Amino acid sequence: MSTMGTPGARGRFGEFGGRFVPEALMPACLELEGAFAEAWADPAFVAEFHDTLRLFGGRPTPVTPLARLSERLGLRVYAKREDLAHTGSHKINNVVGQTLLTRRMGKRRVIAETGAGQHGVATATAAARLGLECTVFMGEVDTKRQELNVFRMELLGARVVPVASGSRTLKDAVNEALREWVTCVADTHYCIGSVMGPHPFPWMVREFQRVIGDEARAQLEDLGVGVPEVVVACVGGGSNAAGVFAGFVDTPARLVGVEAAGGSAIGHGSPGVLHGMRSMLLQDEYGQIEEAQSISAGLDYPGIGPEHAHLAATGRAQYVAVGDDEVLGGLTLLSETEGIIPALETAHAVAWVARAAGRELAPGTTVLINLSGRGDKDVAQVREMLRGDA
Amino acid sequence: MTSLDDRLAAVRDGGRHALVPYLMAGARPDWVRLFEAAVAGGADAIEVGLPFSDPMMDGPVVQEAALAALAAGTTLDSVCATLGSLDLGVPLIAMTYCNVIYHVGLERAAGRLREAGVLGAILPDLALEELDEWAAVCDAGDLATVLMVAPSTPVERVARLTARSRGFVYAAARMAVTGTASGLGDGVAVVERVREVSSVPVYMGIGIATPEQARDAARVADGVIVGSALVRRVLDGQSAEDLESAVRALREALDEM
Ligand SMILES: Cc1ncc(COP(=O)(O)O)c(C=O)c1O
Repeated sequence: MSTMGTPGARGRFGEFGGRFVPEALMPACLELEGAFAEAWADPAFVAEFHDTLRLFGGRPTPVTPLARLSERLGLRVYAKREDLAHTGSHKINNVVGQTLLTRRMGKRRVIAETGAGQHGVATATAAARLGLECTVFMGEVDTKRQELNVFRMELLGARVVPVASGSRTLKDAVNEALREWVTCVADTHYCIGSVMGPHPFPWMVREFQRVIGDEARAQLEDLGVGVPEVVVACVGGGSNAAGVFAGFVDTPARLVGVEAAGGSAIGHGSPGVLHGMRSMLLQDEYGQIEEAQSISAGLDYPGIGPEHAHLAATGRAQYVAVGDDEVLGGLTLLSETEGIIPALETAHAVAWVARAAGRELAPGTTVLINLSGRGDKDVAQVREMLRGDA
Repeated sequence: MTSLDDRLAAVRDGGRHALVPYLMAGARPDWVRLFEAAVAGGADAIEVGLPFSDPMMDGPVVQEAALAALAAGTTLDSVCATLGSLDLGVPLIAMTYCNVIYHVGLERAAGRLREAGVLGAILPDLALEELDEWAAVCDAGDLATVLMVAPSTPVERVARLTARSRGFVYAAARMAVTGTASGLGDGVAVVERVREVSSVPVYMGIGIATPEQARDAARVADGVIVGSALVRRVLDGQSAEDLESAVRALREALDEM
């Protein structure tokens, strides 16, 4: 397989990936693999996907030169503006693709997990547009942290199921969605929110997200920048990172994924099997999964997509971590210098660039940050945090 | 033929329907006593739950038992150390998730289980497509890999799964995670699909809770697996004697057949 190409029938990225699901779900995974491969090779489906992103999803999103931030950091920084996509993050790309595929497969309902609520809102949005029934599983801790997003999903006609098992965050929402999927797989698609889970999900979601990187590559050409020296994205499961990396993996650009320090599967994890995939995971010495800890619900995940585990193992991409304390600085920095309030997840990428400027990033380095989402959903939480600081 | 095949063939040859209770190791401090009670009540084998933090094939009851076992410090090694020092007199079949085994290493995990007298293992999240490595280790070490057939399994896969399952084939009675339910769901059809391609023993499980369900399942299946209904009793603090009676009621229902 070429780097970020099509994984083979086993869905492997080096030693990672695969399919670790109960037999009850295997026929659905095989069906999905066939349906996606066929749809993605069908120009009519691909055209419908891109038309929907254009007419409904707000694409293309611009690449914005960040002049004042660049001056402040001594770098040349550009931002790919996924915060301007419909529903406020890159998540819309994936759900438009998966809901179109759901309809093509003749299924009438989608289920999804969500952490911050962004993927849940995006799924509810795309489902409403196609008239699909939608149920979203969300950890109880997150339904409290992101109350407004729960209401948004309900406004969009979705049912939100709070998950009280385990750590009551994203990891358990995925467990619960998988358990639900077993019971309804005949007429329901599991619209997974990141480049994780069993094959073909990591591959399929990356392909739906690669529009980020493909667009940005052409836009930077048009701006006369050419290929940036560094491409940076935050990483929870890794879908926005995979999407932007896919556009630059065949260039000399250095690829950097920024994990939350408390959810750093590459930095502190080891290989294991969770949620249908073999990847890098936070786990104890007995293989029990540990809980991630992050102020951003969307990065509160003890694993990472298997393709990232592979990119890390081969050295093609580098993964770094940013602590909760630095994130707020990244958020206020971008807000004050550029008039863009990023999501807390996204602020991790900004914070790393700020930290690395003048150190790992030599003065004048050209950097593309994938601005995965806007910060509206986090404003109340940020206010609490800033008050706490004062 | 694995040792588990031999042991379970003997049950069938004896004209008996196999009763396989599922119990979580370490769910209570007296868990060994509960396993003994299940044997005294008439179990032909025991499915030994080894706890995992994220059991995707399990409903709330087994999840709760797993968390209790983990909170008590239960590990693969601690369970094997305990089981290895006992002789419960019936075959033991471990049920856990891939990560518990993969983390220890396939060969080491299989060796540890077999040394402790465990004759089989069920990893519900190990798909047929990922089976080769584990199956090779198990076959070499006389540990039976028991595979599941689900209501959603197409006929062509039923044959492939059945050919690679050891000991028995686990017929999942419904499209659901573990729990209690009424009736047999799709269980009869699943058993019949396996029968069409093989004469290996077929045991039905998933949602089988009562003696009536067990008896109905045994009209078509060679054995039944009863999990959540018994685990619920354990979590509710019932005594070993009560658990023994519950197992005996299942036994008597099967023996009426
Ligand atoms: C704005 C934003 N960025 C990033 C993420 C993390 O997801 P991923 O790593 O799949 O891009 C989330 C998840 O909720 C998000 O809302």
